[in-house]
Amino acid sequence: MIKLNKTFATLALAGTVAVMSAPAMARDTISIVGSSTVYPFATVVAERFGSNTDFSTPKMESTGSGGGMKIFCQGIGTQNPDITNASRRMKSSEFELCQSNGVKDIVEFRIGSDGIVIASSQEADHMDLTLKQLFLALGEKVPQNGEWVANPNKNWSDVDSSLPNKPIRVMGPPPTSGTRDSFNELALEGGCDQLQEAESLSKDEHKAICQSIREDGAFIEAGENDNLIVQKLIGDKDMYGVFGYSFLEENADRLQAASLNGVEPTQANIAEDKYPVARSLFFYVKKAHVGVVPGIVEYASEFVSPRAMGPNGYLKDVGLIVPTREALMELQDKVENMPNLTLNELK
Amino acid sequence: MTDHTSQAELVRRSLKGRYRKERRFRAYGIVAIAIALAALVTLFTDIVGKGYTGFLKTTITLEVTMDPDLMYLDDPTDPKQVRMADFVAPLVAAVGRALPSATQDDQDALRRLINPYASSELRDALIENPEWMGTTRTMSFLAHSNVDVYVKHKGDAAYSIKLTDQQQAWVDDLRARELVETSFNDVFFTSGDSRDPAKAGVLGAIVGSLLTMIITLVLAFPIGVAAAIYLEEFAPRNKLTDFIEVNINNLAAVPSIIFGLLGLAIFINLFGMPRSVPVVGGLVLTLMTLPTIIISSRAAIKSVPPSVREAAEGIGASKMQVVLHHVLPLALPGMLTGSIIGMAQALGETAPLLLIGMVAFIVEVPEGLFDAATVLPVQVFLWAGSPELAFIERASAAIMVLLAFLMSMNALAIWLRKRLERRW
Repeated sequence: MIKLNKTFATLALAGTVAVMSAPAMARDTISIVGSSTVYPFATVVAERFGSNTDFSTPKMESTGSGGGMKIFCQGIGTQNPDITNASRRMKSSEFELCQSNGVKDIVEFRIGSDGIVIASSQEADHMDLTLKQLFLALGEKVPQNGEWVANPNKNWSDVDSSLPNKPIRVMGPPPTSGTRDSFNELALEGGCDQLQEAESLSKDEHKAICQSIREDGAFIEAGENDNLIVQKLIGDKDMYGVFGYSFLEENADRLQAASLNGVEPTQANIAEDKYPVARSLFFYVKKAHVGVVPGIVEYASEFVSPRAMGPNGYLKDVGLIVPTREALMELQDKVENMPNLTLNELK
Repeated sequence: MTDHTSQAELVRRSLKGRYRKERRFRAYGIVAIAIALAALVTLFTDIVGKGYTGFLKTTITLEVTMDPDLMYLDDPTDPKQVRMADFVAPLVAAVGRALPSATQDDQDALRRLINPYASSELRDALIENPEWMGTTRTMSFLAHSNVDVYVKHKGDAAYSIKLTDQQQAWVDDLRARELVETSFNDVFFTSGDSRDPAKAGVLGAIVGSLLTMIITLVLAFPIGVAAAIYLEEFAPRNKLTDFIEVNINNLAAVPSIIFGLLGLAIFINLFGMPRSVPVVGGLVLTLMTLPTIIISSRAAIKSVPPSVREAAEGIGASKMQVVLHHVLPLALPGMLTGSIIGMAQALGETAPLLLIGMVAFIVEVPEGLFDAATVLPVQVFLWAGSPELAFIERASAAIMVLLAFLMSMNALAIWLRKRLERRW
C-alpha cells in the first residue's frame, strides 16, 4: 500500500508540473474569433489557406461580433487572438477599448455583405412586403388613432388587405444574435421611420418603440440554430422565418423569400445595396501580431483573392455576397499597405 | 369473540382492494419504465436513422492523365512549380473522358462533381511519386458533397438536391458503370474538421476529448480521493469542516458554465495560458468533476464497515496504516465508479468549454496538450449549426461516436466494480 501512496504522490506531482510548466508560448497558428455570420465563410478560407500553403490552418472561434471584439481588444501578445470577424462595423467604444489595452494598430477589411431574408416554404404564396408593413406586423407597439398601442394585428391581412389572410407567425433569432440586431435596426426601424407617428418620438422613445419585436407569440424565438427554422418552414407553410441569405441559398429548391419594398433578395440586389435588409461583413487584423504569428498577411491576401471573392470564387459558392470588382481591388491594396483604422473613420 | 370475527372479516374484505392497489402501484412503475424506454428508443432510432449514412462516403474513380502541359508542371519535386501548377485541370479532363456526352462548355458542371480537395490529394500523390508524371493512372477521389447527398438521399424530403438534371443524369450513368460508389467512410475517422462535409471527420475531436479527459483524470482523481480521505478520516468535526462539506455539496450543483467563467478568469486571464487548449479544458473540467468525485469517494469510505477499522486498530495499526492498508483498498471500487461517472459527465460538456475557446473550428488533429483542440460534443454542436445539409448526418454520426465513448466508459465502471467489489 505504500506503493499506492507513492503512485498518488507521483500522479499529483505530474499533474502539478504539467500545469505549472504552461509557458506563454509562441504560437504558429493564427487565432481568429468573432461573428457567427462570418464564420461559415472565414472557415472555408482558413481551410483552403491551410491546405494550399505551408502555414497551419487558422483556428476559428464563433463568439459573436461583440464577444469577438471584447476578446480581440484584450491586448497584444500571443494569448490573444490575431483577427476578429464582425457582421457589423467596429464601434468607436470598442476602438477605444482596443487603444486603452495597447491594441493600437488595427486594419479593417470589408469583405462583402449578407442579406437577412424573410423566407417561407415554396408551397406558400409569395409575399411582397414593404418595410412599413413588416413593422406593423412585428412591432411591439403600433400607432392607432395617434396613440401607440400593443400590436392588435393577428393576421397578415389585418396589416394590409393585399396580404394573405393568414395568422402572423414568424420565427427568428434570439436577442443575443447579431442577425437579430441587424434585423431590428434595418428592417423594423426602417419600417417604423416611414410612419408619420414616429417623427414626434424623442430619440430614446424612437429606439425603444421602433426596435422592439412583439412578444405575444406572433414572433417566435428559435435559438441560434437556423437549420431548425428551415425544417419548421418546410413542415408548415403558414410559417415565416428570419435568417441569413446563405441558408436560403442552401435550401433554394424548398424555400422562397418575401421581397421587401419590391426587391427580391438575390446576390446582385444585395451586392448593389438595393435589397433593404443587407449588412456589410468585416474582419479586423491586429497589426502588432503581423510577423509574430506567421501567415497573417498571407491569410488576409487569400481572403481577398479573386479565387475566393471573385465573381466565380469559392466564397460565392457558400453564399457570400461578393464585393464589386473595384471594392476587391481596393481590398488587395489594403493587404499590401495595411493602413491603420482611425477613430474618425468609425464616427 | 364476535369482535375477532369482524376483524378477520374486515381484513378479508379489504384484501381484494389491497391487492388491487398493489397491482396498480406496480402498473405505474411499469408505465414509467415504458415511457422512459420509448423515449430512449425514439431518440436512438432518430439518431441512427439520420446518422448511419454519415458512415458512408461517395468516391469517384477516374483515369487521370498527368499531362505536364495541362498542369503547367514538369517536376513535382520543385515546390515553386507545384505552387503554380494546376491540379484541377487533369481531374476535370478525366471526368470529361468518362462522360462522352459532356462538351467543352460543361467544364464547370464537371468540376462540381469532384471534391474541391481532390486536387490537393492529387498534388500530394504526385509529390510522393514524381515518376507518375506523364502516365495515366486509375485513382479514386472523394466526390463533391452535392454528389454525396444525391447518391445517398435521392428522394428524401429532408435533403435538397443541388445537382442540375444533367449532372444527375451523369452521376446515374457513372453509378451504373460503378465509377461512382459508396463505401465505408474512413475519412470520417482519420481526419479533423472541415467545412466540406465530405472531408469532415471526428479524429481531431476524439483526440481532443482524450487529451482533455487525461488531464481531468490525472488531476481530479488524486485530488478528489485525497480530499475525501482527509475529510472522512482525519478532519476534526467542527464548524469549519461542516462549512467545507456544505460548500462541496453546493459546488456539485453549480451550473457548469460558471466553471467556464472561472477558468477564463483564472487560467487564461490571470495565468496567461493559451486559449482553446486541452490543458485549460482539462483544468476547467477538473474543477467541475471534483465535487462529484469527493462526494462519491466519501460515500465509499463511509460504507467500509467499522469492524474492519477496529480490527486493524486492535492489532496496533496506526491511523495511516488503517487508511492505506484497509479502508482505501476496500473503498476503491466505489471511488473508481464515482470518478468514471464524473468523467463521463465531463466528456459530454460543452458549456464550460465555450468560454475558454474550445468551441472552435480546428482542422488539424492536436498532437499535444498545448495544441488547439476541440471535443466531441462541441463537434456535434458545430455541425448541427452548419448551413450545409450534409452536415446533419455527420452530426448524428458524431453523436453515435460520442455515445459509444460514453457506453464504453460506463461499461468500464461496471467491470471495475464487479471485479474489485467485496460484499459483506
